[in-house]
Amino acid sequence: MRHQLQRTYDASRPQRWSRAREDILLGLARWRLAWALARSDIMHRYRGSVLGPFWLTLSTGVMLAALGFLYAKLFRMEISDYLPWLAVSLIVWNIMAQIATDACAALTNAEGILRQMPLPYSVQAIRTVLRSALVAAHNLPLIAVVFLVFGYAPGWGVFAALPGLALLAVNAFWASLLLGMICARFRDIPPIVASVMQIAFFVTPVMWKPELVGAHWAVWLPLNPFFSIMEIVRAPLMGGSAPLVAWVAALAYSLLLWGVAQVFFTRFRERIAFWV
Amino acid sequence: MAMTHIEAERLTIEFPLYHHNARSLKKRLLSGRPGRLAEADNRVVVAALRELSFRVDAGERLALVGPNGAGKSTLLRTLAGIYVPVGGRLSIEGETGSLIDPSAGMDPLLTGRENIVLRCLYRGMTETGARGLAQEIAGFADLGEFIDVPIRGYSTGMHVRLGFAMATAMAPDILLMDEWFLAGDAEFMARAEERLAQLVTESEILVIATHDMAIVRKWCTRVIRLEGGRIVHDGPVGEDSPQSV
Repeated sequence: MRHQLQRTYDASRPQRWSRAREDILLGLARWRLAWALARSDIMHRYRGSVLGPFWLTLSTGVMLAALGFLYAKLFRMEISDYLPWLAVSLIVWNIMAQIATDACAALTNAEGILRQMPLPYSVQAIRTVLRSALVAAHNLPLIAVVFLVFGYAPGWGVFAALPGLALLAVNAFWASLLLGMICARFRDIPPIVASVMQIAFFVTPVMWKPELVGAHWAVWLPLNPFFSIMEIVRAPLMGGSAPLVAWVAALAYSLLLWGVAQVFFTRFRERIAFWV
Repeated sequence: MAMTHIEAERLTIEFPLYHHNARSLKKRLLSGRPGRLAEADNRVVVAALRELSFRVDAGERLALVGPNGAGKSTLLRTLAGIYVPVGGRLSIEGETGSLIDPSAGMDPLLTGRENIVLRCLYRGMTETGARGLAQEIAGFADLGEFIDVPIRGYSTGMHVRLGFAMATAMAPDILLMDEWFLAGDAEFMARAEERLAQLVTESEILVIATHDMAIVRKWCTRVIRLEGGRIVHDGPVGEDSPQSV
C-alpha cells in the first residue's frame, strides 16, 4: 500500500544486495503485522473448534502416552526414565518438523497479498517463525506436565535451552525464505521435504536414545543437522548440558543455511512476485 | 525534496508463464542439458510491458486505457512496486498508495474493525495509530453494527464500502487506482465520489486504469493508451478518439 518516498529500479544495475538487506530490515520493522498474521493463521487453522490450538497439545499428549508405554517396553527401559525423555524429544522434533512444513508454504500461502501489495517478503518469513513459536508455546508446557507426573526435576538448567530455541527461530526464518522461494518456483518440493522429514524422524534419535547405537557410532551423530540442533535444546531441558560438538555442529549448519538462503534470496528476490 | 514524479525509460516487464507441467522439477531435470536453451525451451515468456517510456509530473491525472490484456494492471502493479522491471529504468519520487484490489489482505474471520487495524498494520502503522484511524474509517464505511461482525458475513456491497473506506483514508502523493471502486449502491456512490474528489485533489499524481471513457473525461488530464504492452497513444484528454473504449 504505502511505499517509501524515493524508488529507482534500473534493470542494468539491480543493486540486489542492498535491496535484499532493505527487505529484511523493513520486514523486521513490520513485526507487528507479522504477529497479527501469525495469530490469524492459528485462528484459521482451528476456526470453529472447541479446543482450538489446544488440539495440538492434546494430540501430542495422546501420542506421548501411546508411544511412551510401547517403546519403554520395546527398549526395556523404565517408563519413568523413558517417558520424560520422549516428551522432550518428541515435542522438540514436532517443532522442527512443523517449521520445515510451514517454511515450504511460507510464500505460496501469501500469494494473494504478494501480488496485490508491495510488502517486504521477509514479513512472510517472520510470520512463519512467530506462528511456529505460537504452536511451540502450546506444546512445551506438556513437558512440564510429564516431568511433574514422573517427579523428574531438571532444575534451573532448563533455561539453558533458550539459546538453542533462539537458534532454532533464526533457522526457521532463513528456512522460510529459502524453502519458501524454492517451493514457489518448483511445486514438487513440499512432498520431497515431507518425505525427507519422515526419514529424518527415524534416523534421528527422537524415539531412541543416542547411546543405543553404541559409542562407536554415537560420535558421528552430530553430522545429522537435526540431531545437533535438537540436542542443544533437549540436553538442557533434561537437566544436562549439550556437548560442545553438538553446539559446533548446530552453529555450522545454521551458518550454512544462512549463507545459502541469503545468496538465494538476494539473487531471486525480484522473481518471487512472478513465481507465486 | 524533489518534485513528485514518475519516470520510466524503456520499462520492460516479462512474465514467465510456466507450462502446467514445466514448473515441476522432473521436467527441469529431464529437459536435457541444463542451461539457457533448455530454460528458453521450457517456458513461455509473455512480454507484458515492452519498452515503455513516459514521464508523469506533479499535477497530472493520468488514465491508462486499452483492451483487456494490454498491460494496464501490470503497469499499475509495477508502479506500486510489486513487480520489478526486467529491463529499463523506473524512477519514482513520492509516497505511493495503491487501490488495486479492495479485498487484498482482508481476513474473512476478522470483524470489519479488526480488518481496518490489520490494514493499517500492512501500511506500517502501530496499533494505537490504527485504532484512531479505525474510528474514522468505520464512520465513513457506515456499516452500522456490522462493523463488529466478521466480514465473511458481509454482502458484496458492504465489502466494497469497507474496502473503499480503508483504501481512501489517507492521501498519498501518488495514487494508483484500478476502476473497481465503481461498484457499490447509489447512495454510497454519491458520498464515494465526494471522497474520491478530495483524495484526487490531495494527491499530486493520479494514475487510473480504466475501460470507461466517462471516467477518463471526468477525472483525468492525460491518456496513455496501451496495446499489446506498448504505448500506442499518449496525449491530453480529448484527443483520444471518442469511439475508443
